[in-house]
Order: sequence, then C-alpha cells, then structure tokens
Amino acid sequence: MAENFQLWISHDLSERIRRHGAEVFPHECCGALLGRDATAVGSGDSQESGTPREVLDLFPMVNRRDDSPRNRFAVTADDVRDAEKAASQHGLEVVGWYHSHPDHPARPSQFDREHAWPWYSYIIVSVMSGAPAEMTSWRLDDDRQDYSAERIEIRNSAGA
Amino acid sequence: MAVKVIIPTPLRVYAAKKDSAEVSAETVGEALGGLTAQFSELRKHLFTDDGKLRSFVNVYLNDEDIRYMAKEATPVKDGDVVSIVPSIAGGC
Repeated sequence: MAENFQLWISHDLSERIRRHGAEVFPHECCGALLGRDATAVGSGDSQESGTPREVLDLFPMVNRRDDSPRNRFAVTADDVRDAEKAASQHGLEVVGWYHSHPDHPARPSQFDREHAWPWYSYIIVSVMSGAPAEMTSWRLDDDRQDYSAERIEIRNSAGA
Repeated sequence: MAVKVIIPTPLRVYAAKKDSAEVSAETVGEALGGLTAQFSELRKHLFTDDGKLRSFVNVYLNDEDIRYMAKEATPVKDGDVVSIVPSIAGGC
C-alpha cells in the first residue's frame, strides 16, 4: 500500500541540516525536527496519510554514541524530553529526527529500521568526503518491517 | 491501583490519538499490560517478539527511570504516572 507522505521544510532549515552533517563529519550528526502535523493529537479529524507535515525549527543535538560516532547516533530519553520541551515552548512538537550518513548513501540501514519509531519523520543526509550530498526522508511502516519514503518539499520560506 | 500512562507522540496513532490512558495495576509491568490490552497495536512497538521491552523504550514512574528501580516489577500506587519516553538511535 503506497503511502503519500510529504514533509515540508524551508530551504534555510534544510541547509542547516546539511551544514550540521558537514561540520561533524566524519561523525554522524543528529537532531530533532520541530514542527506541526495535522494528524497530531488535538487537531481533530484528519487523514492518516497525504497530509503535509511541516518542519519549522531544528533542535541540533549531541551524538551520544561516542564509542562509535562514525556509523551510529543516539539520543537519550532525557535529550528527547529536552527536545519536546523546546518544541512546546514554541507551540510545536517533535515531528521527527535527522541524522547523517558519513560516506554512505542517504538510505535507512537495517539498524535504522530496527531502532525507529513509527510516525516520526527520519531525515537522512548523506555526507560524502565531508560534503553534504543527497537528503531523503523516511517513515517506519506500521508493521515495523520496512520504511516508506517521504517526499521532502523544500519551500522558500517557512510557512508558519 | 489507578494509574495514568502517558503515551508518547509517535504511538498515539495506535491509541485512538489519546495522549494518556487510565489503567488499573499493581506494578509498572501490569500498567503497560493494561495499556496494550486497551490498544493492542501498541504492543509490537513497545515489546519485542519475546515480550521484552524494546531497548529504545524508556519507562518512568513519576520522574524515576524504572531501570534504576525494580524495572517492570516496580510497584505503583494510586495516582502514579507512568511515562513512556522514546530514545532515538540509528546509523549507517
């Protein structure tokens, strides 16, 4: 069943993700995507798919996997709570996470899938030899077996 | 004991979009069991196939991580709040 997920993000924010990936290369960067989603609690009836989700701010984070930062990233529960707090202070919520794949394509790995949560958007930016390259977004399927691609729509200015 | 379980944002789609649920339980484990009895689709996102809590699922009783208490056997009392908090991981 093809889902029609869309993620709106401004050019500026997408560039910030790419820069974060380049800055910490060859390590993985990570951070939270703060925004709005029409399917969130309290927004009334809405479709489960096909409804654009919008990223309106970022919450860059420290990669806690200092034992293996080139091919792993981790965000602790306390960090997640901090990101949720930052989001709610701006009337937003955490709609997903971004991380980089240093010298790897922007495709979710098996490790990504095994550790993913449903509903969240997972942006991956590939950083090849220190230069940001392809950026993709994915969502875990309900059965946890696979991902669905999410179309990233770069908008010229945040639509808030 | 009547306790409240806080459901994290990514799992609310499997819980009738509720952000919390009231359950009756004697332990944290029973509270989670009560939650998944109400919303069976939550089960595979919280537990592995052999019934263990997934490694990136963190459970707090009030503000204490149950890993530092008696884990799922931690007793609960009336009015307690059990929070499910994600941690996030991945890599290439």
